[in-house]
Amino acid sequence: MIRFESVTKQYPDGTKAVDELSLVAPSGEITVLVGPSGCGKTTSLRMINRMIEPTSGRIWLDDRDASKVAPAQLRRGIGYVIQHAGLFPHRTVVDNVATVPFLLGHDKREARKNALELLERVGLPQHFANRYPAQLSGGQQQRVGVARALAADPPVMLMDEPFSAVDPVVRDQLQNEFLRLQGELGKTIVFVTHDIDEAIKLGDNVAVLRVGGHLAQLATPAELLSKPADPFVAGFVGRDRGYRALGFANAGEIPLAEEATVTVGAELKRAKDVAQDGWVLVVDGARAPLGWLCLNGLPGDALSRPVSESDLNLGGTLAHQGGTLREALDAALSSPSGRGVVVDTDGALLGSTTASAVLAIIESRAAATRGSADPVAEEAS
Amino acid sequence: MILADSASSSPWHFWAYFQDHLDEDLHLLWDHVWLSALPVLIGLAISLPLGYLARRYRWVYPPMISITGLLYTIPSIALFVIVPPLFGLKSLDPLQVPIALTVYSVALLVRVVADGLASVPDEVLQAATAMGYGPLRRLISVELPIAVPVIAAGLRVATVSNVSLVAVAGTIGMDNLGRLFDTGLQLSTPVPYYPPIVLGIVLCVLLAMAFDLIIVMGNRLATPWRRAVAAR
Repeated sequence: MIRFESVTKQYPDGTKAVDELSLVAPSGEITVLVGPSGCGKTTSLRMINRMIEPTSGRIWLDDRDASKVAPAQLRRGIGYVIQHAGLFPHRTVVDNVATVPFLLGHDKREARKNALELLERVGLPQHFANRYPAQLSGGQQQRVGVARALAADPPVMLMDEPFSAVDPVVRDQLQNEFLRLQGELGKTIVFVTHDIDEAIKLGDNVAVLRVGGHLAQLATPAELLSKPADPFVAGFVGRDRGYRALGFANAGEIPLAEEATVTVGAELKRAKDVAQDGWVLVVDGARAPLGWLCLNGLPGDALSRPVSESDLNLGGTLAHQGGTLREALDAALSSPSGRGVVVDTDGALLGSTTASAVLAIIESRAAATRGSADPVAEEAS
Repeated sequence: MILADSASSSPWHFWAYFQDHLDEDLHLLWDHVWLSALPVLIGLAISLPLGYLARRYRWVYPPMISITGLLYTIPSIALFVIVPPLFGLKSLDPLQVPIALTVYSVALLVRVVADGLASVPDEVLQAATAMGYGPLRRLISVELPIAVPVIAAGLRVATVSNVSLVAVAGTIGMDNLGRLFDTGLQLSTPVPYYPPIVLGIVLCVLLAMAFDLIIVMGNRLATPWRRAVAAR
């Protein structure tokens, strides 16, 4: 657990980067500090490992007062990941990862061996081990940065915009892998970002800071979306809050309609026989949906040829049984046939649902909440 | 005058001159070697802390660079002459030339060290600090290794420049290849006698090239990571 106790950082010219910040980052969870530039989020992060010293207040790491621990010693027990990774250009990837174990005087062979395992763990093949950082892409460097922070198995990790400098596709990939890794490791993580979507995706708790270093709201992502504490938070969290909040709501049991299918390679004539409203779902041998086939406007003489994958409309997204309401609604909205495809955990077809069916679930839940919840929640959205 | 009789005075006969005076010339060459190299090494040792200070405390950099830059404008002959009284040495003391050349090396290398340290990316410094490096350990195992290419470039300039400055000291009577110019000048009456002068030039150039090669090779060995970048 990391606890800020009325922490203030004031610079000699009088500007306050952080003002009386009190918050708790619980053990084993990801706490995201998010806010516009100048809100003191990075300053707050760096006060944890004493890269910046607070002007007043205390920071506790469990029951240790950070200011009472020698900086170098404190930092070796705290993983640190920054934007652009900050790898040592003159050291190979494996030696970069083993930096802290080397500093702690661990056996070099042992440290390198562990570093190789860590590389695998963050998704880098071992043949990268003897390359230099400049030979890696930005995303790969960032993976090494994460591995380096994990090398001495610190209970606490600080991450300062670690995924901001990579392109959106790689960022999404890194975020997902980071969540998977955290699922295995359960570190106490403080994560700084200016991107509210990243905060909502990654955070167990999200602390929204406003310029001048004031804490505006500390809440779970779902709460942040449904009950912003004030207009600043509401504005910062942004548009589509209602829709994005569905991403945190479990869909539960979605009522499913049976969906007639054809297997790829079957005759088009058979597809025409089972199609509803001119559309039929095409699956592979394992009943995994491949895409929708439109039977309207096909010339009559084409019906004897087989269904090929190039005929398919791939517009529809898939919802998983037990997934979120957002996923279910999106599957229905994106489907060219209007029928959202729902699959099981193995990716095999379970059935289809419609937007109105999902909306009915949303409506009934909202009605139930309206009956009990405080009125502020409604007013904010 | 026997010298002048025994060899042709053509400039291209410097090799014959070298063979005729092998012992003496090798002695001059050796003196030239250590007089060129040692001040650079001592100068580097002095420049490392000074350059670090100039990098560490921003306000130190401008005056430090101005002062060391001005040192370099003192004519070498003048510096050779004023070193003995300043350091309480006799004239032609063996330390006179090394001290003067060390001053020049420092003048060149302080800036090089400061700029080399400045070439280390900020996020690398931050990461090193956040990993738990103390200031000295960070300097030695992170900053200096990354600064090697910039420092090596400065060392090449300082060393080559020293090879030529040492020769100037020969003209005030210190043993080194510069003495060959002096000898050539003395033997040039009444007719010009070139071989020792050309020999001095050739040996100086070869020596400078040898030093340069050593530094380039050393830089290559110390920075395998830079070639890895180029190979990408």
